Amino acid sequence: MIPINSLNARLWSKLGQRGTFGITMLDLGRDLDNLVVLTADLCSTSGLDRFRTTYPDKFLNVGIAEQNLLGISAGLAKEGYTVFATSFANFVAMRSYEQVRLNLGYMGFNIKLVGLGSGYAMGMFGNTHYGIEDVALMRAIPGLCIISPSDCTEVVKATEAAARYPGPIYLRLTGIVNNPIVNKEDYPFEIGNAITLKSGSDISIIATGSMVYHSIEAAKILESREISASVINMHTIKPLDTGAINTACVTSKLIVTVEEHSVIGGLGGSVAEYLCGISSAPRQLIIGMPDAFQMAGDYQYLLEQNGLTGPQIAEKIIDTFNTIVHS
Amino acid sequence: MTSYDLIIKNIEQMAHRMRKKALELALSAGNNGAHIGSGLSIIEITAVLYGGIMKVDPKNPHWEDRDRFILSKGHGTLGYYTALAEAGLISFDELSNFEKNGGFLPGQPVMNMDKGIEFSSGSLGHGLSLGVGVALAGKKRCQDYNVYVLMGDGECNEGAVWEAAMAAKHYKLSNLVAIIDANDMQSDGARDCIMAADYEAMWKGFGWNVAVIDGHNIQSLFDTLGATNRSEYPRVIIARTVKGKGVSFMEGNNEWHHNRLTRAQYDAAINELTP
Repeated sequence: MIPINSLNARLWSKLGQRGTFGITMLDLGRDLDNLVVLTADLCSTSGLDRFRTTYPDKFLNVGIAEQNLLGISAGLAKEGYTVFATSFANFVAMRSYEQVRLNLGYMGFNIKLVGLGSGYAMGMFGNTHYGIEDVALMRAIPGLCIISPSDCTEVVKATEAAARYPGPIYLRLTGIVNNPIVNKEDYPFEIGNAITLKSGSDISIIATGSMVYHSIEAAKILESREISASVINMHTIKPLDTGAINTACVTSKLIVTVEEHSVIGGLGGSVAEYLCGISSAPRQLIIGMPDAFQMAGDYQYLLEQNGLTGPQIAEKIIDTFNTIVHS
Repeated sequence: MTSYDLIIKNIEQMAHRMRKKALELALSAGNNGAHIGSGLSIIEITAVLYGGIMKVDPKNPHWEDRDRFILSKGHGTLGYYTALAEAGLISFDELSNFEKNGGFLPGQPVMNMDKGIEFSSGSLGHGLSLGVGVALAGKKRCQDYNVYVLMGDGECNEGAVWEAAMAAKHYKLSNLVAIIDANDMQSDGARDCIMAADYEAMWKGFGWNVAVIDGHNIQSLFDTLGATNRSEYPRVIIARTVKGKGVSFMEGNNEWHHNRLTRAQYDAAINELTP
């Protein structure tokens, strides 16, 4: 196990989620005899260069062939291997979607599919490389667990947990290098259990992935405006921690979901689907990417263009909260 | 009669029983219909695999060193389930599950290791990649099993087949055998009219060892599939077949790609098959 402490958290933050994933796999390679890691020509991008040279027998590069990536992964998983497979989130979620549905969903093979650079992380690469819809697609597949770590420390925790988890997982990595730190010290991480990072009495902000940090920033602004908001890190998008949402329903006048994903079908959609079955549910505000393709730009530009920085999130929440209070 | 002749004769008789049983299952499917044409075209291939080539133990379907079979053309179940029954992996009584609501033998296979069904299939173009993974696992663990993947020639339209073909050669998977049920027809008609391709040249170009044989000749299938692969590369057997083989009004008639079999048609077909 890799030690979790503030020093490592700062180091990993500089590397970003992809680099941190590679470090974690290097550690897991030592401990797991039946591990195989596959990539579709994105070894370096996955942070796996050291893993490849240290454990060549546990590494396979299948070339630029995402469908085959998933098929070979399934064959190996069927034979008892714990398989991690990596490529950009949009490629594995879309180019090989049917393979994911059949191999991870229908047949339930023990494959951890790692979606790299999701959301707007690919910046100037443009829309062909953005992970806008991957959660919506993956969430529709029965039996597939979806995890989106809030920061690099949580990438370590989630990757280790995924390796122990006896079933299929989609691990969604977001953000770029200098990934903001949410978790400075060690903490309990369990798949399916949301983490309340901050308590509040007016609003519950439920965030996932990169947006956890920005939601914390938003909550600070709200506090300065005398609006009390809790922040919940919903690192596991599926299965959804409905207990955490039940609590939010009791304590909050407004539930806000925040994600670096389309407002259609992601965390917001998942929470909305649950809330519609609760008669006394508070209003929900879904904050995410609009249902539109964007002009390309760097990561920070895209967050700002789409209103996904802390101050912008706070303003959206205040606007909606005011309408509730005044009504 | 030599032991070789006896083996060939036994498999021929097995294929004959399978063909009759396949028609019986198609009749039992009633208005659901069944993929009859391509089920009948693979009968000799699956009969040879399960009757004379593959290492399988019906008492231990999970046996680690068993040979693995993947029906990538999942709609060929009439030629698959009947072979599994002949091999003792499922009972003949259990065949009554074919296309029954909630049954474990639907029109396209559902993974069921207790019954020797290695993977779920149906959507085309997936099986060879799965086979590459299984063959890689065998190589990594130095296990002595072969992996047989049965595909359709129409299925080879799928790009994913060629991703897997590339990888199998690259990884030197000499334990992998692809078999193409080359019946020259696909759902919408003649293969050459829909997507003409020189598959023999393509497989050779991808670095595979290619054999082209009569896919209904038990002896050819047995000799080719039973031959030791002395190369380090995978093998593909392009088995020339006839869609609907064995029933005159079905042979080469694409109306029988998927169709309902009436009692009168069944009787006529069985009449033709009875020696």
